[in-house]
Amino acid sequence: MKARVFLLLVALIGLGAPILLAPTGAIAIGANEALKDPAQEARARALFKQLRCLVCQNQSIDDSDAGLARDLRIIVRERVHAGQSDGEIISFLTARYGDFVLLKPPVKASTLALWLTPFVLLLVGAGGIVMVLRRRPRAPDAALSAEEKAKLATLLDPDRTDRPQ
Amino acid sequence: MRRLLYILPVVALVLLSALFALLLSSPRDPNKIPSPLVNLPAPAFELPALLDGGTVGSDDLKGTITVLNVFASWCIPCRVEHPALMRIMRENKNVRLIGLNYKDKPEAAKAFLAELGNPYQRIPVDRTGRVAIDFGVYGVPETFLIDARGHIRFKHVGPIHPGDYADKIIPAIRRLMNEGGGK
Repeated sequence: MKARVFLLLVALIGLGAPILLAPTGAIAIGANEALKDPAQEARARALFKQLRCLVCQNQSIDDSDAGLARDLRIIVRERVHAGQSDGEIISFLTARYGDFVLLKPPVKASTLALWLTPFVLLLVGAGGIVMVLRRRPRAPDAALSAEEKAKLATLLDPDRTDRPQ
Repeated sequence: MRRLLYILPVVALVLLSALFALLLSSPRDPNKIPSPLVNLPAPAFELPALLDGGTVGSDDLKGTITVLNVFASWCIPCRVEHPALMRIMRENKNVRLIGLNYKDKPEAAKAFLAELGNPYQRIPVDRTGRVAIDFGVYGVPETFLIDARGHIRFKHVGPIHPGDYADKIIPAIRRLMNEGGGK
């Protein structure tokens, strides 16, 4: 039984592997495009992953096969090769395509609501929990009185027959 | 107070439903990305002209209102919007129509215009698509309205459908006209 499950898992992973590997940039980028300097190429690839393919929109230009994504990859590589900083390359693209070209929206006045809402909701939730906890009846602070102790003793008395159900 | 707490999730649900209904029913198309270039000078370029030789550049955009249309012979929606461009050419004599030929073979572009008619006064040829990227083009067709100073004032993404011609393009041209040609 265990062996069968194991075989099934191996088969599933085997089937899944090509699907997992397919969308990586390695296939989308032509071999002749890569920069010779590995450090520069790594920087270019890191930038590709931050930049949205404007044609397919939910893919980065690293993942996309679209013509425009290919053109933008070439532009990013050219600019990395020319020694431009990441900031310079990103502002070149946002000047043309707006912040939408960035997969991660920048923090600024118009995006504050987007960035702060989760924290506001967290605070509201925390406030709610605090309120609920405060409303719970507190444990009595005072020790039991003599009368209460006697009542407790009768209740716990194992010989007692008229124990309430 | 306690009752208020029970009503709160219902209120939140109603508010969220209202928000979703509003956003889902709005005509805003999330595929259409607002251009940061609107109200800025059109990017500088100098490209060879398709038909009459010589070059077409950003200086040729100045002096009068320009409709700059990005097109390609391989682009199917460009065929859809072609009648609208012919109409712009016929019905707005004081508007200059320029066709930026995007990543196209010149022979194919010439055949396209010979078949459907040429609405453009000048046709800069952008074979690499670099000038189109400077204009923030992400899909053809796209149409820019440029005032007499050479500033981009309006952008339309996708084909100009007959409704768009009357509802978007003509009102935008009128607004620039009323400003005195945008000078």
